[in-house]
Amino acid sequence: MGITVGIPRALGYYAYHPIWMAFFDALGIETVVTPPTTKGMLDAGVKDAVMDACVPIKVFHGHVAALKDKVDYIFVPRLVNVEGSSVFCPKFLGLPEMVRFSRNDLPPLIDIRIDLRKGFGEFYRICLRVGRLLNKGVVATTRAYLAAVSGARRLHRLLRSGLTRLEALEVLGNPLANVVGGEASVLLSRRQPYIRPGANSKSPISGGKDLVFALLGYPYAVFDPYISVGLVDKLKGLGVTIVTPPMLHPRLLRQQGRSFSKLLFWLFSDETAKGAYHFINDAMVDGVIHVTAFGCGPDSLTDKLLEMRCADAAMPYLSLMIDEHSGEAGIATRLEAFADMVRRSDTARIRTLTEHQAAAGGE
Amino acid sequence: MGRRIGFPYMGTSPLALKMILEDLGHEPVVPTRPTKKTLSLGVKFAPEFACLPLKITLGTMIEVLDRGAEVIVTSGGVGPCRAGQYAQIQEAILKRLGYDFKMIVLEPPRKDILGFARHLHFLKGRRSWLTLWNVIKRGYRKIQALDQVEQALHRTRPRELSRGDADRAFTRALTVIDGARSGDEIEEARLQGLALMNAVPQDRDLDPLRIGIVGEIYVVLEPSSNLNIERHLGELGVEVHRSIFLTGWTQDNAIVEGGGHSVKKAAQPYLPEMIGGHGQDSVGHTVIYAQEGMDGVIQLGPFTCIPEIVAKGILPQVSKDWDIPVFSVFLDEQTGEAGLRTRLEAFVDLLARRRAARQNGGDLAV
Repeated sequence: MGITVGIPRALGYYAYHPIWMAFFDALGIETVVTPPTTKGMLDAGVKDAVMDACVPIKVFHGHVAALKDKVDYIFVPRLVNVEGSSVFCPKFLGLPEMVRFSRNDLPPLIDIRIDLRKGFGEFYRICLRVGRLLNKGVVATTRAYLAAVSGARRLHRLLRSGLTRLEALEVLGNPLANVVGGEASVLLSRRQPYIRPGANSKSPISGGKDLVFALLGYPYAVFDPYISVGLVDKLKGLGVTIVTPPMLHPRLLRQQGRSFSKLLFWLFSDETAKGAYHFINDAMVDGVIHVTAFGCGPDSLTDKLLEMRCADAAMPYLSLMIDEHSGEAGIATRLEAFADMVRRSDTARIRTLTEHQAAAGGE
Repeated sequence: MGRRIGFPYMGTSPLALKMILEDLGHEPVVPTRPTKKTLSLGVKFAPEFACLPLKITLGTMIEVLDRGAEVIVTSGGVGPCRAGQYAQIQEAILKRLGYDFKMIVLEPPRKDILGFARHLHFLKGRRSWLTLWNVIKRGYRKIQALDQVEQALHRTRPRELSRGDADRAFTRALTVIDGARSGDEIEEARLQGLALMNAVPQDRDLDPLRIGIVGEIYVVLEPSSNLNIERHLGELGVEVHRSIFLTGWTQDNAIVEGGGHSVKKAAQPYLPEMIGGHGQDSVGHTVIYAQEGMDGVIQLGPFTCIPEIVAKGILPQVSKDWDIPVFSVFLDEQTGEAGLRTRLEAFVDLLARRRAARQNGGDLAV
């Protein structure tokens, strides 16, 4: 019997799973990923987690509880830093302990500390440490490390080709991803052009038919359909195209850094804020939707920054707060109302524009 | 030329900051103790889910700006606690409200020594660097004196014979210290303040319940944000031990990185990671208080405070392992004083029974 490692489909999963998956697969370790969040999982999570935690943390506890009797280890990495100087939210930093002390019937946790600020080769050393824990040799682990690195590369390529994180996960999780046909190729065929620095920003005003919204928020809240109550699908149903910050070239994000008197400390908040500033400044979008979890610490500031920026730029802005009681109908109503409002104001803008042109032509 | 300089309010620090700014030739706009109105101002303009310290300090900033401050000096931070980001958000909010002022954010010097020096250069005005050094040194001495008198207050409150004596003596001691200027005067004021506290008629043989207070610095230090929890505990006959004082914080954060080694070591088995704010300290101090034989621990945090939430998730295990009751209180603008008082009474009652049961050698059941 080989060792099995459980991976909760929550928090870091939505951002890094393809990398972890490539690593464990190449290492010959069997992994069990929890199914998408259900009400039962959330309820279990609410029971285990500290009351004041945000809903994504509670959901994570629920996924851990679902894994506890099925695997030898649960993968709960301590994500500290993966790029630049930004760190993860303190709740990620203390996640292994919050999980460990929440119940006493858990299998051992793989709570490897991931802090890439330590310099060149740190990712390799982290992989070696995990390999050693799972009794794998240096050669096998090195091979797994290389697989993880190329997994990361593929992930970034997909993200920048215009797929959302969730779509990228689907493509990478699907063995037929490179074969013509199948769901994955449908996703790939829909992709938008890679958003490069210097690329023409597209004019979003298209007669109120094809809306483009910037969808901002942390991947584990936005792309968990249970937490976000099917937000992404609802937007697609409304005929809205969504763009997200990971679709932007890192250089574009870095350029936005100048607009901040002090960069946000937290990785996803930093990405969200810079991405939003880019979308707003270049008027690439018709509206901005920020999904935030009730009680989210970093978002209390991120949301205020976005609100102020959107107000200055006269950009329609919807801040959507979700918690464990979010109802489908309520979210749907707000999204529809927002889309209607934007459509109407767009039509108004076009009308004014045409009137102006007509007036100019008449003179 | 001196400037009209304001700063946010926290604990007893305004007394020291006022002296520092006056001695540098500025005109300090000293914030008054935050009131309900201060909080309402903060709540009105702050992000809804920002923590109580942001809201209260924003309120005090509005108040000092209304009283004519041209400059606001406040603290920065390196994260990942949100407080390190507050100055920038507060500045943006205030400027949008139409206030015209200069914001000076003092980041820890170890992070940006040049920026720190630039700010000091501005603050010292025409005084020499030597004067600045002396003024800061005296300011620090004053904070030390204030902290010591406050500790005496914690000891005296449960023992006072007539309710309110200790607090009245403390107010007098603050006035004395406030009036002291030179190094010698501050030393004299310190002794006089301690003597004032000592002169309060009290039951010196009393062996009161002892409760350690851990948590986020602002709500621990600032009585108007924690609904006077220390006074309530004192009135319930509890000797309060506080994990954070201004002096300790200044040492840990301004001078050397990673101060408080023993606290971090105590927290190690439960939370090996520095998670920002005082999350790790809350865990470490709880362990230390248990080792010191305290009767209980109260954790204070502002509602939505990330590090304290993580600590709260871990403290039940510490409580179990070390057999020490821990009571977590999260505070926001909705928290009522009477409700808190009732919960404190229940907690203190529990601790008293535990102690009685232990002394009788029996268990908790009566």
